[in-house]
Amino acid sequence: MAKFEPILLKNRGVVNSTALKVYESRGGYQALRKALKMTPETITEEVKKANLRGRGGAGFPAGVKWGFLPKDRTRTLLCVNGDESEPPTFCNRVLMENDPHQLIEGTIISAFATQAQVAYIYLRVEFHEVFHIVQKAIDEAYAAGILGKNILGSDYSLDCYIHRGAGAYVCGEETGLIESIEGKRGQPRIKPPFPAIEGLFRLPTVVNNVETLSCVPHIIERGGDWFSSIGPEHSTGPKLFSISGPVKNPGCYEAAMDITMRDLLEREDMGGGMLPGKKLKGVLPGGISMGVLTADELDMKMDFADPAKYGLLGLGTAAAVVFDESTDIRAVLRNVARFYASESCGQCTQCREGTAWMNKMATRIESGAGRNEDLDILLETARNMGMMPGLSICGLPDGATFPIETIVKKYRGELEAAIAAQSAEAAEQILQTMN
Amino acid sequence: MAWKALDRLTPVAEGEAPLLSEALREKIRSFFPRYETKRAALLPALHIVQNTLGHVSYQAMEEIAEVLDIHPSDVLDTLSFYTHFWTHPKGEKVITVCRSLSCEVMGGKEVLDEIKKQLGIGLHETTPDGKYSLVTEECLAGCDHSACLLINEKLHKCVKPEDVAKLLADENNDKIDSERSDLFDPPPESAVTKTDASDGTSDANEAQEGN
Ligand SMILES: Cc1cc2nc3c(=O)[nH]c(=O)nc-3n(C[C@H](O)[C@H](O)[C@H](O)COP(=O)(O)O)c2cc1C
Ligand code: SF4
Ligand code: FES
Repeated sequence: MAKFEPILLKNRGVVNSTALKVYESRGGYQALRKALKMTPETITEEVKKANLRGRGGAGFPAGVKWGFLPKDRTRTLLCVNGDESEPPTFCNRVLMENDPHQLIEGTIISAFATQAQVAYIYLRVEFHEVFHIVQKAIDEAYAAGILGKNILGSDYSLDCYIHRGAGAYVCGEETGLIESIEGKRGQPRIKPPFPAIEGLFRLPTVVNNVETLSCVPHIIERGGDWFSSIGPEHSTGPKLFSISGPVKNPGCYEAAMDITMRDLLEREDMGGGMLPGKKLKGVLPGGISMGVLTADELDMKMDFADPAKYGLLGLGTAAAVVFDESTDIRAVLRNVARFYASESCGQCTQCREGTAWMNKMATRIESGAGRNEDLDILLETARNMGMMPGLSICGLPDGATFPIETIVKKYRGELEAAIAAQSAEAAEQILQTMN
Repeated sequence: MAWKALDRLTPVAEGEAPLLSEALREKIRSFFPRYETKRAALLPALHIVQNTLGHVSYQAMEEIAEVLDIHPSDVLDTLSFYTHFWTHPKGEKVITVCRSLSCEVMGGKEVLDEIKKQLGIGLHETTPDGKYSLVTEECLAGCDHSACLLINEKLHKCVKPEDVAKLLADENNDKIDSERSDLFDPPPESAVTKTDASDGTSDANEAQEGN
């Protein structure tokens, strides 16, 4: 397969790539100049034509989302979702670390297209270095007349602020993020109303992911048709994929969405295969929330359509984590179960109790006191929470059930063997120490 | 994390004097124009207060409420949702070890055990000299360099158990390479009382401000 000419990552590795001067010398802010001469409607049309689907996990088309804003609105807000808290996802970090001005340019163009007055970049607090880098880029942009009043001499004005989170996965959910900016607990809101109608400070609000917005300057520069010509019809444009775990070259790679999980893992210009002596056991290809693939399922295409055929929730964040034969599948099960139990915000009974119970069972299984019926109870619990059966306010429990359900189904043999190998006495003792 | 019981048993010895200096209050107010409501400045306020005082005590919460024109219970309500804020003194440096999947697969547990052993403390504890507190967090988005941990602002990558001794001994293990923004830092002339766990803390904070 031909090497993909990087678009989103074209400035990675360039000396001083975060500096405004360097960004401009490589063609930066030309798209903004062009956009300011277009109308908001034509920009939105171009983004629709590109079929830019949200990179934050749900894959909703950005132009369509912008189109939901009420026509008669007087104030609009844009939130840039840089919470990046889905394990093990780090592409947004790579984008912001290497090219903060690309994000700022995409933010301004998108804010202009939606006629927003203020853009908030929500950054998880753990992004310390990223915060300093992006804040410096914002300061530079203000000083150069690229942000603030009358951007580049136009009639359009925009303020852009970083809002730092404080450690909560659910603040990545768009309405949790909105609550968090409002100074509240990051508990998601019941929808509808959707943010486009009533969002931050009850004003029409658009929430888009960092990678989604970083695509926008390129769409304006080279056109929606160019963008939609990259990759399969339903999954267009350049996409960042990341891979971590015991592989030769863990990292963030850019490609069209016509690659397979096997390409991402094995290609020399990507993951490069497993570390010497490590044999692949499985991979969670879309962030942990999408579910697991076994070593036999690596031909899954990394696009918005194929993952469902493998029992997965979706493409998610396209961040793969692999684990090898030396990893106990019970540890993987426990690790993901613990994550959702500790990150559930607690508003919805099924999510709060379900994630906690699944964590308890997974902990018991990992400790060597599992029972075969626990596996069935895990599956049953997984079927009875989440937005899919309409039992929750946000999608967190759907993300919780897919990895647990797919791990139990796809690795049932190994789990049962581990349970069969437990000594009844030892298991009893372990149970005594747990509740 | 929503389910953390607050310590209501330990009496808090705090004086009549305000904890938040005028400079600190002014810095919080400087965030007001960014938002439609004053309450929205609460997360920035909590960050700045914690970065100045080391933690956010009940008295500090009351004073933040005063500045933002909200009820103190609103401050507590918000604060208690987020793992990043401390209501009691913590060490000069907080070590945050990632516990998510990539890091676990790449030996993060062993790194955590080694840190516990060398510091002689468990999770959420602080060393007797007030130097280090230890916590875990979910994925720090540094998984291309698993196993990861943060020491205050600094992300340490590809950490192995055998690196821990050297890492802990390094005085500058919390310093980042990139240029810093002082947006959430203590205000320069703040003459506030420091209330951290150790005496050494104030000096260290000042050293950090200067860089
Ligand atoms: C529990 C949960 C966590 C989420 N975390 C993130 C996140 O960290 N970053 C992100 O961009 N989207 C996250 N999302 C998706 C957002 O709700 C939203 O769909 C997205 O920010 C929209 O941007 P996009 O359309 O550009 O993808 C999360 C969703 C859920 C349910
Ligand atoms: S589904 Fe879970 S995380 Fe989402 S709002 Fe309900 S309790 Fe909170
Ligand atoms: S899993 Fe540890 S940094 Fe992502």
